[in-house]
Amino acid sequence: MSDSALEAFRTETRAWLEANCPPAMREPVRDEDDVYWGGRNATFKNDAQKAWFEVCRDKGYTVPAWPKDYGGAGLSPAQAKVLREEMTRIGARPPLSSFGIWMLGPALLHFGTEGQKQRFLNEIARGEIRWCQGYSEPGSGSDLVSLQTYGEDKGDHWVVNGQKVWTSYADKADWIFCLVRTDKDNKYQGITFMLYDMASEGVATKPILLISGNSPFCETFFDDVTVPKSYGEDVPAYVGEINRGWDVAKYLLGHEREMISGADGGNTGTIGAALARANGDIDPVLRAELAQFDVDALAYGAMGEKFLDEIKVGKAHPAQPNMMKYAGTELNKRRHELVMAAGGSTALEWDSEETGGGKPSRNWLRTKANSIEGGTSEVMLNVISKRILDLPGA
Amino acid sequence: MPLYYDDDQAMLADSASQFMAEEGSTKKQLRHWRDRECKDGFGHALWQQFAEMGFTGMLVDEDDGGLGMGQVEANIVLEEIGRNLTPSPFMASSVLAATALKHGSNDLKGRWLPHLISGEKVYSVAIDEGAKHRPERIACKAEKSGNGFKLSGKKDFVVYGASSEMIVVAARTSGSDRDTDGVTLFAVPQDAAGMSHDSVRLVDSSMASHVTFDGVELDGDAVIGEVDGGRAVLDAMLVAGRVGSAAEGVGVARGAMDMTVDYLKQRKQFGKVIGEFQALQHRAAHLYSEVEIARAVTVKAAQLVDGGSEKADLMASVAKAKVAKVAGLAVREGVQMHGGIGMTDEYDIGLYMKRDRALQEFLGDQYYHTGRVAELSGY
Ligand SMILES: Cc1cc2nc3c(=O)[nH]c(=O)nc-3n(C[C@H](O)[C@H](O)[C@H](O)COP(=O)(O)OP(=O)(O)OC[C@H]3O[C@@H](n4cnc5c(N)ncnc54)[C@H](O)[C@@H]3O)c2cc1C
Ligand SMILES: Cc1cc2nc3c(=O)[nH]c(=O)nc-3n(C[C@H](O)[C@H](O)[C@H](O)COP(=O)(O)OP(=O)(O)OC[C@H]3O[C@@H](n4cnc5c(N)ncnc54)[C@H](O)[C@@H]3O)c2cc1C
Repeated sequence: MSDSALEAFRTETRAWLEANCPPAMREPVRDEDDVYWGGRNATFKNDAQKAWFEVCRDKGYTVPAWPKDYGGAGLSPAQAKVLREEMTRIGARPPLSSFGIWMLGPALLHFGTEGQKQRFLNEIARGEIRWCQGYSEPGSGSDLVSLQTYGEDKGDHWVVNGQKVWTSYADKADWIFCLVRTDKDNKYQGITFMLYDMASEGVATKPILLISGNSPFCETFFDDVTVPKSYGEDVPAYVGEINRGWDVAKYLLGHEREMISGADGGNTGTIGAALARANGDIDPVLRAELAQFDVDALAYGAMGEKFLDEIKVGKAHPAQPNMMKYAGTELNKRRHELVMAAGGSTALEWDSEETGGGKPSRNWLRTKANSIEGGTSEVMLNVISKRILDLPGA
Repeated sequence: MPLYYDDDQAMLADSASQFMAEEGSTKKQLRHWRDRECKDGFGHALWQQFAEMGFTGMLVDEDDGGLGMGQVEANIVLEEIGRNLTPSPFMASSVLAATALKHGSNDLKGRWLPHLISGEKVYSVAIDEGAKHRPERIACKAEKSGNGFKLSGKKDFVVYGASSEMIVVAARTSGSDRDTDGVTLFAVPQDAAGMSHDSVRLVDSSMASHVTFDGVELDGDAVIGEVDGGRAVLDAMLVAGRVGSAAEGVGVARGAMDMTVDYLKQRKQFGKVIGEFQALQHRAAHLYSEVEIARAVTVKAAQLVDGGSEKADLMASVAKAKVAKVAGLAVREGVQMHGGIGMTDEYDIGLYMKRDRALQEFLGDQYYHTGRVAELSGY
């Protein structure tokens, strides 16, 4: 696309956002309640959130870069970047947050059948079905491929038994994308990537309370769950091939890591000026740490931009999302340590109005999971060592 | 602009990388001149080759006989200089002095630029007046005298000063030490009466001088830019130099890191290649991440300089501060992971550590630039 056409798109986008993005949706996201997750039983927090979601859905802007046939807006990478920049410029919130968009969608675009894409991608884009991710098990975290949940082949269906853990929002999710062992003799080539309804008989969830006081995570149990092999013509209940789900799982993890890394602008903001303004008398040594943080955040911002530019033209190393996740999540943890330090005793308040119900401390605690969820920092470093630096061993 | 090299830049990077690895290697240059205690600290034959490659005048406008390239291109050369620890007056002459001369009169350009581009002569700049970089404060004085000026004072850390045919000097023509205005830049020829050099070898084997001006008489046409209005030229020079030395620092970091990762793949202890030990793998992987980030922000800063963006000043300091931190980490980890051998003169890793130390101090260290980031951000 020519520069002038792109500039025209920018002007058009700016006007559209101006006309359609409610002021209340231009406030920073403070916690997970501020975002809309969609799904069968979804409720909106307020009218502005509803209006913003609906207008974006109708324009394909919940998933701007997906093809129009699948509920997207069919934007080119350059146009999608313009939209992202313009949304960032006015501080617009994402209209829809969803594991469907971040994780399952990219995997379906890559591995799905046409029938799967028509059905599932459209549902995801319109926020109709909320998905959860069934990867981890009590004995299989970092060593995910050791997973034990088993699906017994019964011809036209499987019977699934086992337990998952840490399943985010499993109690609110409509469907699950789930790694199930279908061949016990084959470690890597014995896993199938299944899609099924959380309302199926035999599925049960139990919340896990986190140190932040929230419990969006669950243990998920499967007790003789029947999973059909197909949901209709060209709509298999599994992605990719039977027993070859590990390829899909790995592909999806790349996207998950990219998302958690905040490369897309999530982790790039500076904090020194705002914290100094809000908290007045800042110790010189803390001020120095804030400045060092700002240097690192601005530098990481440039890295995020470079990473996205390189991904678009296939110049990024395939293992680079691991590096972005490592650096981005460690940075985000540091950010919240500094927010707490600058806030002093006010930031400790767990249930006061001034802190919006303990937001600084709850967010601080929540970010500790950034370097665990989606693969720990240590695992990221292992991958960088082996796949990028080509160091020997294991 | 995407944050990777376009085709022309990628081609330049290829040829600069090959040239510097072949001709600018430590064996052929740094060690060679160091072991001979060369007074210049760099090889003139190599500098001629820089000219043949088109590097010397790359930042000079095409109208003035140069290649009219930008900071991104200069940075490509500087990164390779850093990777190979190649001693050369590229930063002093082709980046700093060339940037200053952009603002000079046609006479001044005509007098100095052709020799800079041809590589016959090298130039330097005199900014610092103490052990730390404090360009906000210029005390060196140039008083009106007849048609010209009389320059008195002292400058430090003038790189390759004694080998330079001309030095760009920032001096005060009015006001007091800390004023923004009242600064003027002068092109001072080497043979000016009353200028003396106390030339010293630094830890990295490069040469720098303390320069004393004892009533140096200068014609009015030695002024670069406006009288009393030299701060703008000085700032342009500083930005180019900061972003450029960030690029050189990225090169130093990459050179040290590559050597170290190679060593981890070769050295055996406890019956294993030491690169198999996770304690070392994780540190190497962390270092890799930091070097990539430092490199990204340096490219970003260079693009902002070329685009004339108002954010260039802030990003230049971000880049300099980040690179200083990261290159420091790279050389320290490099020496440590080499074990005892890293302490020997025979191995290059120690040379990287020395060059990094000198580069840290050049045009402001990480503390100076981190502080600047806070100030520019309003706290
Ligand atoms: C908030 C949150 C949300 C999550 N959401 C989901 C979800 O929606 N769906 C889902 O399936 N899972 C989810 N997870 C699970 C997550 O993917 C796992 O917690 C993660 O992969 C780590 O596994 P683990 O907890 O079993 O830790 P372990 O694997 O037991 O690791 C314990 C420690 O040992 C280290 N370690 C392990 N192996 C190595 C090694 N080889 N080298 C060096 N160090 C090692 C780890 O880095 C860690 O520090 C979530 C987790 C959290 C905290
Ligand atoms: C200045 C100096 C004076 C010395 N004086 C003496 C002396 O008088 N007499 C004498 O006998 N020796 C002396 N030594 C030698 C010294 O004891 C060795 O250099 C030291 O034991 C390290 O061994 P190495 O150099 O072979 O490094 P290596 O063992 O090759 O180690 C290289 C790197 O790998 C790391 N590494 C190695 N194994 C592991 C592992 N299993 N896990 C994690 N990391 C690992 C090391 O920590 C190091 O970072 C001296 C050394 C120096 C530098």
